[in-house]
Amino acid sequence: MMGVVDLGLGNMSNVLRAVRGTAVRDVYGVERASALIIPGVGSFSAAMPTLETVREAIIGRVREGIPVLGICLGLQLLYEGSEEGPGRGLSIFRGTVKRFSGVRVPHIGWNQVEPSGESVLLKGIRRGEFFYFVHSYYAPVSEFTRGLTDYGGAFSSVVEKGNVFGVQFHPEKSGQAGARVLRNFGVMA
Amino acid sequence: MLAKRVVVALDVAGRRVVKGIRFRGLRDAGDPVELARHYEEQGADEVVFLDITASRESRETMVALAKAVAEVLTVPFMVGGGIGDLVTAVNIIRSGADKVFVNTAAVRNPELLRDMARTIGSSNVVCAIDAKRAGGGYEVFVAGGTAPTGLKLEDWARRVEDLGAGEIMLTSIDRDGTGQGFDTGMLTAAREATSLPIIISGGAGTMEHFLDAFRAGADAALGASVFHYSRFSIGDLKEYLWRNGIHVRR
Repeated sequence: MMGVVDLGLGNMSNVLRAVRGTAVRDVYGVERASALIIPGVGSFSAAMPTLETVREAIIGRVREGIPVLGICLGLQLLYEGSEEGPGRGLSIFRGTVKRFSGVRVPHIGWNQVEPSGESVLLKGIRRGEFFYFVHSYYAPVSEFTRGLTDYGGAFSSVVEKGNVFGVQFHPEKSGQAGARVLRNFGVMA
Repeated sequence: MLAKRVVVALDVAGRRVVKGIRFRGLRDAGDPVELARHYEEQGADEVVFLDITASRESRETMVALAKAVAEVLTVPFMVGGGIGDLVTAVNIIRSGADKVFVNTAAVRNPELLRDMARTIGSSNVVCAIDAKRAGGGYEVFVAGGTAPTGLKLEDWARRVEDLGAGEIMLTSIDRDGTGQGFDTGMLTAAREATSLPIIISGGAGTMEHFLDAFRAGADAALGASVFHYSRFSIGDLKEYLWRNGIHVRR
């Protein structure tokens, strides 16, 4: 069962539909899933109350090795913290999520992803493919960056570390290319 | 690099598209869901559904439409037309729309924009602004372009940004439906007042019009009749723009 974690922040029906997933709201749901998606709506701090209730369960499943994918805010929640507001992320990736500066915020629209090293999620996708982004905060480039996007400088649009994955764009809103990314994740579940 | 967006608008009444649309190969060219899908295949970057009846009864229809569209569309879409309260906006977003837009209600009750931004997030809130040339500048109109507000375009655009809208959909009433080209002067005026992304609308008739809009700094350009009457496909337009140095998704 592909579990989509409901952080209580609004619509996640598009992600549920795209992966034929099941909404997961508590520890019990997290324990039952064979793969987890943390979807991307809302703000970092607003996600905290619900995240706290499932934090240990998610981290436990990550250690077990099930595939986990963060989308948009979900990617940001894999980090230690965010400039957006208080709260502790899942700390699977080191560092803090930053706010764009010197460019128009939010970053809305179709932007390109350039692969950086071997990527599981970007398998079969051409260099420079366009994906749909809507966000004001970004994860800096690190050794775990597998996709780079330029918006007033390069940021991590795809990150991968073992069984944990993150995409800053919305694959469920990115046409054929987005569907391929979700399939690439789904085959691991 | 961030792509310039080509946006297509569908005017709907109830569950029907109202502008005459002539496409071969579509079973039902009046069905907004099927049309949206058709445009997605052509390469539309975003689809706008405008409820032109803007009546109370139509609110529920729009929620149902958003649900039906979300089932099939894999590119973003926005819904608006007569949205006057937060609950409706939230319902439309919950139904799967990516953004909602408000126009008249935002002018009459600017706090609505702030409430919407807080509840559904700035990037999902679009403020539609209809403006007209007046006395060497631009004045904002509401109620489908029929009611002058006395507001200067630049002042309202600035205010809208402060209130938390994430984007502006700027329509020239003078140009709308004429096919004579976008009002790039209006775009420039708005751009100087705000740093929000701007979707320019009203007047698209040729591919050159889109090129002019992007060269003038539009983040996105919207067409309705120009696509519905199949003067050219979105795919053709994007090829043309690309050849002319505009960075578009293709």
